Amino acid sequence: MLVSNRNRLDRELDVLIDKCGRQRTALMPILQAVQRKYGFIRNFAMQKIADALSIHPVEVHGVVTFYSFLSEKPRGRFIIRLCRTISCEMAGKDRVAAQLETELGIKFGETTVDKRFTLEWANCMGLCDQGPAMLVNDTHYTRVTPQRVLEILEECRSRLSPHAMQGAEEEHLV
Amino acid sequence: MSTELTFSQVDPYAGLKAAAGIGRADILATMKTANIRGRGGAGFPVSVKWNLAAAAVGPEKFIVCNADEGEPGTFKDRLVLSEHADLVFDGMTIAAIAAGAQKGILYLRGEYVYMLNDLETVLARRREDGMLGQNSAGRIGFDFDVEIRLGSGAYVCGEETALIESLEGHRGEPRNRPPFPVDTGYLGRPTVVNNVETLAWAACILARGAEWFNRIGTEQSAGPKLLSISGDCENPGVYEFPLGVSITEVLKVVGAEDAKAVQIGGASGQCVPAGNFERKIAFEDVATGGSIIVFGPGRDMLDVARNFMEFFVDESCGQCTPCREGNEKLLEGIEMLAAGTCSMKYLRELCSLGKTMQVASKCGLGQSSPNAFLSIVEHFPDEILGRAEGTVA
Repeated sequence: MLVSNRNRLDRELDVLIDKCGRQRTALMPILQAVQRKYGFIRNFAMQKIADALSIHPVEVHGVVTFYSFLSEKPRGRFIIRLCRTISCEMAGKDRVAAQLETELGIKFGETTVDKRFTLEWANCMGLCDQGPAMLVNDTHYTRVTPQRVLEILEECRSRLSPHAMQGAEEEHLV
Repeated sequence: MSTELTFSQVDPYAGLKAAAGIGRADILATMKTANIRGRGGAGFPVSVKWNLAAAAVGPEKFIVCNADEGEPGTFKDRLVLSEHADLVFDGMTIAAIAAGAQKGILYLRGEYVYMLNDLETVLARRREDGMLGQNSAGRIGFDFDVEIRLGSGAYVCGEETALIESLEGHRGEPRNRPPFPVDTGYLGRPTVVNNVETLAWAACILARGAEWFNRIGTEQSAGPKLLSISGDCENPGVYEFPLGVSITEVLKVVGAEDAKAVQIGGASGQCVPAGNFERKIAFEDVATGGSIIVFGPGRDMLDVARNFMEFFVDESCGQCTPCREGNEKLLEGIEMLAAGTCSMKYLRELCSLGKTMQVASKCGLGQSSPNAFLSIVEHFPDEILGRAEGTVA
C-alpha cells in the first residue's frame, strides 16, 4: 500500500473508531463499518483496530474470520449472495446459480477480475416464501429466475461510473 | 385460523401503556396467567425467565430481542419487524419494566439490514412520543432505550449465549450454561433474551388480557403461533394458527394436501411423513419456532437431508468436537447413500453417531443438527437405501 494511501486509511479509521467507541463491545460495529466502506478488512486495519481497543490483533482476526459477512480478502463492489437453503433449492436456485456463473464467467466463491462482482452462497435469508432469493449487497431480490439474472447485473453495472474501478487495487470508492 | 394476524388488530403502545399502569408485579402475574412460552423454538416459559431476571441482582440489566432469525424456512420475524415493529418494542419495554432493565438491544441478523432504517425511524418516533428515553411510557424514573445491533451472517448467533458473545465483540461461540443469561448475560449482567414474536405477543397479552391468550391453544401450549410456511404448497407465507393445530389442517389451508412429508422446526427440527399428519403443532407434540417446509410427492428426501447437512457443516461454530466432526461424517454418509455405497451396518453406526451428537454437543445447534438425518432415515429407509450411482427414488 502506498504510504499516502495508508495515512489516509489511518485517518479514516480513526474517525470511524471514534464514532463507534473504543471498547470491546464496539468491535462488531467497527468491523461492519470497515467492511461496508472498503469491501474487506485488511491486516493494517485489523492491527489499527486492535490497538484502538487495546486487544491483541489475533482477537480481531478471529472475529473477522468467524463471520461470513466479514472478509479479510478483497471482494467485489457487489457481493451477490444466493440462498442455497432447502426452500430456495426447491424453487430452482441451481439454475439461477448456473446463469450467474455464465454471465460473470466466475464460479461461486470467486470475484471477477475487474473487482466488480463476487459470487457467494448464503444460508437461509428468511425469504423462503419468495424463493429463489438473493441479496446484492443490502438489496434483496425475490423469485429470481435465470432470465432476470442479466437484468439484475446490468442494474448493478449502471450504478458504477465507467471509471469507478479503474486500477482498483485499492479501496472501494463509495 | 384467521386471515388477519392478531398483530394487525392490536394498537401500538396499547400493551405498553397498560403495563406502565400496573407495574412490575402485575406484569409478571399477567404473563404467568397467560402461560406463554418462548416462540423462538425452545419454548421456555416467559414468566419464569422474566421472574429470574427480576430477582437477579446487578448494577444494570439488559433486554435483548433476538432478531437473528436464521432457522431454514423461518421468516415470520421478518414480517413482524417490517409490519409490527411497535409491538416488538412495546414488548421489550414491558420486559424492561418487569425485569428492571435500563437498556434494550435488538440484535438484527445481517441479512435483514434492509430493515434497519425503518426500524430506526420507528425508534425515533417512539422517543418523540415518550415511549422511550427518560420516564419511558410515563413511568417516573424509568429510563429505557433501545439500540439496534447487526449480526454478520452466523446462524449460531441465534443461540442466546452465542448472540451475547457476538454483542460483546467476540466470535459467536456458545457459552456453557449455567450460568444462564438471566443471571450472567451481556457484560456479565442479568439479561433477558427473547424472540421477536415472543415480545410482540407479550405486548398483545398486556393489551388484551391474559385470559384471551390462555383460552387459545392447548394446556401446555397456550396462545396463537405464527408459522412460516414454504416449499411445495400453493400459498406460502406467514400464517397464524392456535397451537395444537394438526399438520393436516395447516396443509389444507396452505394448499398442500398432497404433501409427502413436512419438515417442522427447520433444519434442526424433524421430518414428519404423510402417515403422521394428524400430529399436532405444539410444544408437547411437534414443536417449532415457526418453520414449516412442505415436500411434495416428487421430492427426493435424500436431497433434502443433504441440503440440511451441508447447512450444518457450514454453520457449526467448530468449538465442540461432536458437532464439528459429526456433521461432516453425517454429510459424508449421505454422499455414500446417494452413491449406493453405504451399508446398513454403517448407516446404523451413523445413526448412533447422530444420537451421540444429540447428547454430547455443547449447544442447541449440535444437539439438533442430526434430527433431520435421523428422521429421514427412520421414515424413508426404502427411499434412501439401495441406490445405484446417479439414480433417484
